[in-house]
Amino acid sequence: MNIHKIANHLNTLADNSETGMVFDCQPISGEVDVLQVSVIGREELPIFVSVTDDQILCITYLWGADEVKPDSIHEMHTSMLEMNIPMPLSSFSKIGDKYVIVGALSISSTYDDIEHELAVLNNNAIEIIDDMSEYLV
Amino acid sequence: MSIFKKIMTAIRGGATEVGEAIVDSNATRIFEQEIRDAENHLTKAKRDLTGVMAQQMAASRDVDRIKREVTEHEGYAIQAMNKGDETLALAVAEKISNLEGEQTTQQQALDSFTGSANRLKELVKKSERQVQEYKRQLSMVKTTESVQKATSAITDNFSSSNSKLLSAKDSLERIKAKQQSFDDKMKAAELLESENSDNSLAAQLKEAGIGEADNNANSVLERLKAKQK
Repeated sequence: MNIHKIANHLNTLADNSETGMVFDCQPISGEVDVLQVSVIGREELPIFVSVTDDQILCITYLWGADEVKPDSIHEMHTSMLEMNIPMPLSSFSKIGDKYVIVGALSISSTYDDIEHELAVLNNNAIEIIDDMSEYLV
Repeated sequence: MSIFKKIMTAIRGGATEVGEAIVDSNATRIFEQEIRDAENHLTKAKRDLTGVMAQQMAASRDVDRIKREVTEHEGYAIQAMNKGDETLALAVAEKISNLEGEQTTQQQALDSFTGSANRLKELVKKSERQVQEYKRQLSMVKTTESVQKATSAITDNFSSSNSKLLSAKDSLERIKAKQQSFDDKMKAAELLESENSDNSLAAQLKEAGIGEADNNANSVLERLKAKQK
């Protein structure tokens, strides 16, 4: 599995995706290949997909540490920890000064699994920003 | 230090700057070497185990064979004694004594092989667990590296395209607005659809002569006539 195969699959899906979402893929080249996947209508929250030796990582950037109300940071962290298990398939993390939502799949996942993961991650991202917006500036 | 702690220390230590390695490549190489070493041990242990298990089976067969021979000769000795041939019985008894000596030796060898086989099986299991553990740790190191490199590629892409990352709340507002506009369009389309279907129903009714009839010249004339009466 690599990002180009994933991109090809998502592009050929077009309007026929199981999830009803239409994906737009753009590879980003660098030391590690990254696929930027946008869901049409939700381009503001792209998903970044990278493939390592044993897993497929799907990451969406949520908000920067500077967007968190200074007095709310502990409360927000607690809420995020509490949400981590109920939230289907995705987990929270922090990369540098950015909070992210991340889903990891086995390298042997099917295309359907990947599509499902991307759809769930995208829905989770929107829902979690909505839920956490009281802590954000 | 556990690999978790190493990674956390590196991140906390500020190694999050773009392009700066969280885990130095030496650590990755050391891990890979450790995995290869452990895998070599594992292969050797498995080979040794095969050899020892073969010897164990051979020894076990020998012990069984000797046991059978002892039983067999015990039968002969009894038969010889029954026939009153003491000399022959003694010769057979000597043979039995030799066989029993051989049996003790083979049994000791068998016990020793069984012990070795069990020890090697333990070793194989332990090595396999160790290889799995090293692989898991290597995967953590590599994933950390990969995420860092991916982040660097994403950041470079954003800064080169001059696109500004929106704040989370702004992004959400825009997505919701788009969703609302899409929903509104859908509703409008549905409304239009239902109006059209109302119209077509009215047309069908009219065609069937049901409902409001058209005001035509004849009907007006009929009405006037009725007024005059």
